[in-house]
Amino acid sequence: MKKILSGNEAIARGAMESGVRFASAYPGTPSTEILETIAREFPEIHAEWTPNEKVALEVAAGASYAGARALAAMKHVGVNVAADPLMTLPYTLIRGGLVLVSADDPELFSSQNEQDNRNYARFAKIPMLEPSSSEEAKDFVKTAYRLSEEFSTPVMLRTTTRISHSKGIVELEEPEDPPRASLERHPVEWVMLPANARIRHPVVEERLNRLKDYSNSSEYNVMEINDASLGIIASGAAYQYAKEAFPDASFLKLGLSYPLPDVLVREFAAKVKELWVVEELDPFIERQVKELGIDCHGKDRIPMCGELNPDIVKKAISGSVNTGSSSLKLPARPPNMCPGCPHRGMLWALKKNKCFIAGDIGCYTLGFLPPLDAIDTCLCMGAGINHAHGMSKVLDGGKKKIAAVIGDSTFFHSGMTGLLNLAYNKGIALVVILDNRTTAMTGAQDHPGTGIALDGSKNIEIDLEALVKALGIDWVKRVDPYDVDTTRQKVKEALEQEGPAVIISSAPCVLLPSRRVSGVPLKVDSDKCTGCKVCLGIGCPSIEFKDKKAIILDTCTGCGICKAICPFDAIGGDV
Amino acid sequence: MNVVMAGVGGQGIILASDILAEVAMRHGYDVKKSEIHGMAQRGGSVMSHIRFSEKVFSPVIPEGECDILLSFEELETARYLDFLRPDAWVLINRYRLPPPTVSIGKEMYPEVEGIVREKTRRIVFVDAGDIALSLGNKRVLNSVLLGVLSTLLEPDTDTWEQCIAERLPEKVRDVNIMAFRMGRDIRQENKVRGG
Repeated sequence: MKKILSGNEAIARGAMESGVRFASAYPGTPSTEILETIAREFPEIHAEWTPNEKVALEVAAGASYAGARALAAMKHVGVNVAADPLMTLPYTLIRGGLVLVSADDPELFSSQNEQDNRNYARFAKIPMLEPSSSEEAKDFVKTAYRLSEEFSTPVMLRTTTRISHSKGIVELEEPEDPPRASLERHPVEWVMLPANARIRHPVVEERLNRLKDYSNSSEYNVMEINDASLGIIASGAAYQYAKEAFPDASFLKLGLSYPLPDVLVREFAAKVKELWVVEELDPFIERQVKELGIDCHGKDRIPMCGELNPDIVKKAISGSVNTGSSSLKLPARPPNMCPGCPHRGMLWALKKNKCFIAGDIGCYTLGFLPPLDAIDTCLCMGAGINHAHGMSKVLDGGKKKIAAVIGDSTFFHSGMTGLLNLAYNKGIALVVILDNRTTAMTGAQDHPGTGIALDGSKNIEIDLEALVKALGIDWVKRVDPYDVDTTRQKVKEALEQEGPAVIISSAPCVLLPSRRVSGVPLKVDSDKCTGCKVCLGIGCPSIEFKDKKAIILDTCTGCGICKAICPFDAIGGDV
Repeated sequence: MNVVMAGVGGQGIILASDILAEVAMRHGYDVKKSEIHGMAQRGGSVMSHIRFSEKVFSPVIPEGECDILLSFEELETARYLDFLRPDAWVLINRYRLPPPTVSIGKEMYPEVEGIVREKTRRIVFVDAGDIALSLGNKRVLNSVLLGVLSTLLEPDTDTWEQCIAERLPEKVRDVNIMAFRMGRDIRQENKVRGG
C-alpha cells in the first residue's frame, strides 16, 4: 500500500516497521512530528516526551542496553544538549539497535543557528545515514537498526527541514519481529571508568574501519553514470536539487554518507571530467574528498549559509551570474505572538519597570519584534537566567533591573540548574517563569508541569512554586499576566527585594482549550480614542491604526491587555 | 505540474495542499510537497509547493516553473511571482490581511493586481470568503479554493470529493464538499469573462 508521508511521519513508520519498542524526544522544530506520529499511530511503541534531549538519548540508550530497539529524536541544537552521552555511547556495547535522529535546520526557519550536525557523526565516530526523500527516510531507519546491531554502535539518521517536512509517496511494509528485552551485565563494556574506556576506544576505531568497508559496498551509496563531463557527489536534499538542475549529469549519491566510501569516491572521480560536491552548510563531504587527494569544486561556488535549491545549484555549477530575484519590496509578515497571548501582559509590565530582559527559547522570544521590543538576549535553551545572573553580578551598584524570562517547558528543560545556581551564588536577578501550561512554540506539547504524558495519561503534575522554593528561592509570587496593573506592581516589588525573586506568570496559552479569554472582540470608542498609539505598543496583531484612530479587528480574543493600558479608557467590551 | 499555494497561517493551506497531493497520487503521479510550518501558527506567511509528474526530484519548485499559483491572501500572491512561468495561472482569493507594519500605519498595503499583471494575464479573483460565509462556515474557504483550482487540473471530481471527505471529520464533510462544488461553479462562470 502507498501513502503520502512527511519525512518525519516516514521515520515514525520506519521505527514501527523495525520493531522499535522505545522512543523519546524533546519537541523541537523540525523534529517534533516523529514522536507525535509514533504516539498517535503506533501505540505498541512506548513513546515519551523527556524534559530535554540529554534525557531523551540516555533513556533510549537504557532501552537499548536492555536489548530493545530504541529511537531518540531531536532538532540539531538538541544534539548539543545530548552531546555528553553521545560522545561516550559509541564506546559502549549497543544491544538493541539505537538510532539518534538529528533534524537540522538550514536556513534557520525555526532555530537559533544552522549548525551542520553531520560533524557530530564524524566527531562521535558513528555511522550516519542521510535520506533524500520520505521513502528513503523510512527505509534508512530500517537499515539504521540493522547497522546498529551488526556493528554494535549508535547510528545517526540526519535529516534537514526539507526532508522532515516535505511529503512524498512511501510504500508501506509489515513490521519486523522486535528483539526481546532481557537483562544482561557487561561491566567492561558499560562502566566507562578510565580502565574500561581505554579498552573500548580501540574498538571504536577498529569499528570505524569496518564501517568504511561497509560504506563502500552499501546499496545506499550508488553511482549513476550518465554524461561523464559533470560528476556530482551529493546526499540528502542536496541530491534532489542537483538532480533537478542537472538531470543528465553523473551522480555519486551517498545515503550512508559517513564514513565516506573512499573507494567509491576514487572510482567515481576517475570516471568524470569535472567533479563537484553539492552539499548544504559545511563542506563536510568536500573536505573528506580533498583529504583523499582528489580535487573538486564545492564551497568555492556553492554557498555555505542557508538552504540550497535547484536554482542556486544550477547557477553555481553552470557559472551563470546570479541575476537575483525581483527586487519587489513588500511588507514582511513575520510570525508574531498570537492575539490574546498572555506573554504580552508580562513583557509589558517588565518594560514599564525599565528592565533589561534576558530571554530564552519559546514564543516569548517573538516579543523581540517591534513595537514591543521586549527581549534583549536569546542564546539557547536555559541561557536567559544565567545571562541575567552573570550580568547582575558585575554591574556596579548591586541591584540593577535585570530580569530573565523563561517558559515553563524551557524551565524544565534547562532552566532549573540556572535557578539553582542563582540561589546558591546569592544572585539578585528577577526570574519570571512564563507558565502557559504547554510547549507552545512547537505546537502545544505537554511536559512535567502539566503532568500529562505523551500517551495522554495523567501522571504527576510538578508543582512549579514548590520546585522553585526547593531550588532555594524564598520570594516566589504567582501573578495573572492579564491583570496588567497588578502584574506591573508585582514586578516592581520583586525588583525591590534584596535577594533573588521569582514571579510565575500564570495563564494558559491562548491556543489551548483551557485559555482564559472571552473570545469576544473588544471595541474602540472612536470618540474617546485620541490616537495616542499606546495600545499599539503591545504589538497585538488585532489592533490596526487607521485614520488616526485605533481599530480592533475581529481576530481579537478579548484578553483585555490593551483595554487595561489605554490611558483614555477608550477600549470597551467585556473581558 | 507545479502548484504553489500561498497565504497566512491558519487559512487551511496545509490541508488544501495535502488534498491536492493525495488527488495527484491517486491519478498515478509521483508527488512531492513541501512547506515550512514551524511558525505557521503564529500568523506568518505560509507557502506550500506541490509537484506531480512521472518522477519528481526536488521538493521545491525551481524559479520560473510554477504552473498555478493559488493565493489565499492578496499580498501573499506578490511574494512568489519569481516562481511563475510566463503563462502561469494565478488564482487569488479576495482577502486582505494587513501585515503588522501596515496595521500600525508604517507601510501601505500594495496594489497587488497590477504587480501580478506584469507577470501574467491569466488572473482569476475569487471571493471565497463570501461563499464560505454563505455556507455558514468561514473555515471551508480552502475547499472553495480547491474547487476553483480543480477546474484547471482535472475534470474528474470524484477523486477530489473522495479525498476531501477522507481528510475531514464527519461533521464538516458535507459543507466542505458543497464549498468545493461552489468553487468549481464560480470558476466556470468566470471563464467567460476572465482568463
